[in-house]
Amino acid sequence: MIEFTFWDILRNLIFATRWTLLLSIVAFGGGAVVGLLILFARISKHPWLRRFGAGYIALFQGTPLLMQLFLMFFGLPMLGFRIEPWTAAALGLTFYASAYLAEIWRGGVEALPRGQWDAGASLGLHYLQELRLVILPQAFAITRPPAVGFLVQLIKSTALTSIIGFEELLRTANAINNATFEPFTVYGLVAVIFFVLCYPLTQYARMLERRMPAH
Amino acid sequence: MGYSLDFGWLRDAAGAIAHGAAMTLLLIACTTVLGILISILGAAARRGRYSLLRKAVAIYVEVIRNTPFLVQLFFIFFGLPTIGIRLDPIVAAILAMTLNMAAYTTEIVGAGLDAVPRGQSEAALALGLRPRQVFVKIILPQALKVIFPALTSQVVIMMLESAVVSQIAVRELAHEADLLQARTFRSFETYLVVTMIYLGLSMAIRRSLVAGGRRVLGAGVS
Repeated sequence: MIEFTFWDILRNLIFATRWTLLLSIVAFGGGAVVGLLILFARISKHPWLRRFGAGYIALFQGTPLLMQLFLMFFGLPMLGFRIEPWTAAALGLTFYASAYLAEIWRGGVEALPRGQWDAGASLGLHYLQELRLVILPQAFAITRPPAVGFLVQLIKSTALTSIIGFEELLRTANAINNATFEPFTVYGLVAVIFFVLCYPLTQYARMLERRMPAH
Repeated sequence: MGYSLDFGWLRDAAGAIAHGAAMTLLLIACTTVLGILISILGAAARRGRYSLLRKAVAIYVEVIRNTPFLVQLFFIFFGLPTIGIRLDPIVAAILAMTLNMAAYTTEIVGAGLDAVPRGQSEAALALGLRPRQVFVKIILPQALKVIFPALTSQVVIMMLESAVVSQIAVRELAHEADLLQARTFRSFETYLVVTMIYLGLSMAIRRSLVAGGRRVLGAGVS
């Protein structure tokens, strides 16, 4: 058995946290890009595109993230791709995030008064220009609180990627726990580290919410 | 590509999958009842007279909301035995799920209580009802009506999160999937089928809660 002091445990966990952070950033960025595409489908003029967007969101919000990660991890090799846990984790969380972000932004688009579209059209803007210049900036602005709130959920969700073998904070904790048999300390510290990452964002989301003018 | 999907194993696996789904439903049923009861107490305490209690509930809500459910589960199942509290996996799962759910629903119930106009309790007090009667008979039913959609969503979210209790060997739906794929070597098909069952469960739970809520709480519940 290896001897670990409290500080050894803490140092190793803090080192592993960079992977949790990196995965969160990649998934949030990737989720924003894919989510924008899903948003376009969801609010499109074509009924079948709208249905695809709605189905995509319902699928990812109606099934466990753990199953989505397993499908990514076991499904892609079936199509002939060799996949590392890191790739499966990043792709899985990206798709998961895209569905939530698309749904949050759709709420913002639909909260805008109809007149915003009409005003854009009367200025001679075509559909994409209207979206880019008039609708989306306002929709993003009014949905900042729930988007930050979702970032907290996403950071917490990275813990699940430990199950498909991605070496982030919780997986490192499991390994340390197996070596030290100090689950109370190890998982307690993991909880503290996640709290330190998430709590400021939760407070920031609350502050944004309070500042938001009531409609 | 040389890989073809095979669902032939499903015939023999149907019993195991049904058992797992029943366990998932049992877990979420216990969690919903216990979680909502605790959160009503929590929300009342947060608006109550005792500042120490108010602070304790606030800390509990923030700690749960800002840490992953899987870490909470591991802390309870692996961590508590070191201080002498050893729990059966199912008990640990229900405890972790209930504590998690109650933190979120405490905020939801609290928002519902705030949404009931002050005049309602003033009127009830003027009619001679005692404060506890006012809370249970006048304020709470109106609050529940307002927050019913949010509570329904939280139940569905918790049901989906419950998949991770497979990691402490509770034989619910996700754990049955793990066992099946180890036996059949059909990982992708197994997880595909089980994922679709989760989708069906989440839609069924949402629909029946909405229908039940309409019947119990009256019209106006969406």
